[in-house]
Amino acid sequence: MSLVNFTSREITCKIVYYGPGRSGKTTNLHYIYGRVPETRRGRMVSLATQTDRTLFFDFLPIDLGQISGFSTRFQLYTVPGQVYYNATRRLVLQGADGVVFVGDSQARQLDENIESLQNLQSNLLEHGVDVRTMPLIMQYNKQDLPPELILTHAELDDALNFRSVPSFPADALHGKGVFETLKAVSELVLKKLATGSPAA
Amino acid sequence: MTSALNPRFSFETFVVGSANRLAVTAGRTVAENPGSAYNPLFIYSGSGLGKTHVMMAIGHAAKTIASQLNIEYLTLDEYVEAFHAAIAAGQGDAFRRRFQNVDILLVDDVQFLTNRKEMQAELLRLTEALQQSGHQIVLASDRPPAEIADLDERLISRFSGGLVVDIGIPDYETRVAILRRKAEERGSKFQPGVLETIAKVEYPNVRELMGALNRLIAFQAVNDSPINAEAASKVLGIPTAASPSVASSSVASPSVASSDEFSQFLTDVTVTVGKAVEAWRARVTEAVMRWEGEGYRTGRLEKLLEQETPAAVDEAIAGYVQDVERLKALESEVAVLDPQAAGGKVFRDPDHMGEAEAAAEKVRDGAAPPPAPSAAFPFESYVAGPSNDVALKAVRDVIAKPGKKYNPLVIVGKSGLGKTHLLNAVGLELAKKKKNVVVACLSTQAFVDELIAAIDGNRVDWWRARYRRATALLLDDIQLLAGKERTQEELFNLFNQFLDGDRQLVFTAPAHPNTLNGIEERIVSRLEGGLVAEIAEPDKELRRSVLERLLTQQRVPLEPALVDYLADRPIDSVRSLTGVVQRVVEAAAAQDGPVTAGLAREVLEGAPPPRRTTGLRTSGIVVSSAGGVRSREKMVWDWPSAGDRVIEDLR
Repeated sequence: MSLVNFTSREITCKIVYYGPGRSGKTTNLHYIYGRVPETRRGRMVSLATQTDRTLFFDFLPIDLGQISGFSTRFQLYTVPGQVYYNATRRLVLQGADGVVFVGDSQARQLDENIESLQNLQSNLLEHGVDVRTMPLIMQYNKQDLPPELILTHAELDDALNFRSVPSFPADALHGKGVFETLKAVSELVLKKLATGSPAA
Repeated sequence: MTSALNPRFSFETFVVGSANRLAVTAGRTVAENPGSAYNPLFIYSGSGLGKTHVMMAIGHAAKTIASQLNIEYLTLDEYVEAFHAAIAAGQGDAFRRRFQNVDILLVDDVQFLTNRKEMQAELLRLTEALQQSGHQIVLASDRPPAEIADLDERLISRFSGGLVVDIGIPDYETRVAILRRKAEERGSKFQPGVLETIAKVEYPNVRELMGALNRLIAFQAVNDSPINAEAASKVLGIPTAASPSVASSSVASPSVASSDEFSQFLTDVTVTVGKAVEAWRARVTEAVMRWEGEGYRTGRLEKLLEQETPAAVDEAIAGYVQDVERLKALESEVAVLDPQAAGGKVFRDPDHMGEAEAAAEKVRDGAAPPPAPSAAFPFESYVAGPSNDVALKAVRDVIAKPGKKYNPLVIVGKSGLGKTHLLNAVGLELAKKKKNVVVACLSTQAFVDELIAAIDGNRVDWWRARYRRATALLLDDIQLLAGKERTQEELFNLFNQFLDGDRQLVFTAPAHPNTLNGIEERIVSRLEGGLVAEIAEPDKELRRSVLERLLTQQRVPLEPALVDYLADRPIDSVRSLTGVVQRVVEAAAAQDGPVTAGLAREVLEGAPPPRRTTGLRTSGIVVSSAGGVRSREKMVWDWPSAGDRVIEDLR
């Protein structure tokens, strides 16, 4: 995927929200959708099951307008978290410029987080991408839950963030940490395009 | 009735950012090439973003480049008012003429065309007239042509036919730059971070941004103390959530969850993109836009952009510019020689310099000096004698003073007397005289053929230019012009140009021009107007000199008896003389003997004709077939039969 086209002066970033099922990826997108002025956003495409679970994927295009003379567009995708939708996940991951790993902060979901993280790594490898070269952000969602149910930012970092990528605690339902995450991943993606070297 | 151009609104005072770079580049291009680059240029943007500034800047820039240009800037309302006044005064036509003579017409606020059918028709007519006469028209509006309500389709297509550019809301960096410049203009100083704070607010236009700055300047003046970023936010009523101190303070801050999150995000991304798109990319992109605007291919520069960190960007740009300059030079050179070949795509692609050079070379070859005199006919080898004395003297005068003494010179004489030799000899001598002399010397047939080829190839201009460059025109066998009307027409024009420019014309003809058939009177009279010099049949003396030269060339010893014999032969042209010598020399070679007078006599007069031994009847007159009687009347070889004769007698 051509990230920056200097000839047509376009920047297009494909950012994929990855993570285990029910971790809040679609919630992230919904929150962003609600904050983007109507003129700037495309239609959010969401294919959900009857129980509001993402069946295929969510897609939210955002037009950031002219930035430094480049018409800049962000395309935000989520993958279905459930294990059995791996083919879809792999498809959505194709050509991604950056990945946000949305983890579930609940202590009992730790294994699922780890499994999903491993799944991310193997799916990237399928596309011939080394996870170390992919701009990656960790977001620990559901930090609003009672403290006794969740792990802290530090604990989650210890458990999941062994690559020491930027990580954010978040409460996607209320928007806490959502834009910080998006901003961080955008910076990584754009920095990568600037230097051409692996970000992070 | 039209507004004067405000001197403050120039390109120099316009802060260029990403949102308006295209408009400024297009505006500059238009100012540099009015009427040719983008016509019409349509600029649209929201109010207060600099449309009027760019329009006036175009006017200023064009005026600086070419001060004689007639430039009019006016708003649509002014135009309408003027139109109505003119109509009321019965001066509608004068009004139209006035605007059709404008070189660059700048019309602002054309969105007010809505619901003005008659003005739309008037503007449509004016746009067409200006475009046809190659005059530039620049329009500004607060929306694109298609969105101006109730606008005539034809106008929409006209307006969109040139270039439609928009000026967007300046991005953060541009806003900071504008604020800095304006603050500097006002002589105000602010603490670091203050201007940045104002810039963080996304005012919908520059005017409001200026309003904010003005408030701060006023506040600072009243309070007599420098204002800081926080105070500035308060003065301007900027919500604290958007103020940098809070926004960056803590991720967990509850106030972050405001609707301004997106613009904050946008600002951050803008900064990041700005860093990503480093300065060198901006320079390359600028070069790409500039040269693209001028119609040059920019593939090479675009390739640079594809690289991550190209080495020596500036050298690459300089190299590119150098190539473009070379292309320009080639194109203008070609334009002189062949106006049709110039403007070709090959002169617009700096990535294929070789092809451009080759194309120019081809044109240059085509327009290379017209056929030159043949070096086979040097003046020194032309043998003088009483028979060509007049012509030779005239030729010497012509060589001494080309174009001054005898112009045109027409050398007249029968075939084989050396006219062509003399013509080429004149050409060679003329060409020797000066360095930048171009002598065209060719046969009339070749001249006609070239013209036909030029007409066929649609390159008559080029063909003409080729001959017009010549400083002397020498045409052999002018009688071949007979019936070639077009060639005569072209020659007539050339003739006049050569005469006007005191450039020498020399022609050869087999007979006096006024006896030649099929040549137009106007050419004949011009030929007669110079000097007609005749070359007579070679006299004995001349024949002798020619013979001596010919024999020497053939390495035959000059035996007086031989030369005398040959010179005495009644030969009427130099060409025949050459033929005679050739025959004798060949005969000698065949016999493997020396060339002598005897051999010559034998070859030329030959053995006695073979005697008819059978059926020979004579009239009784003694005929010696080997002897001196040459007259056939006296010889009766075939007598009518007896029967025929009897019948004849009976009648």
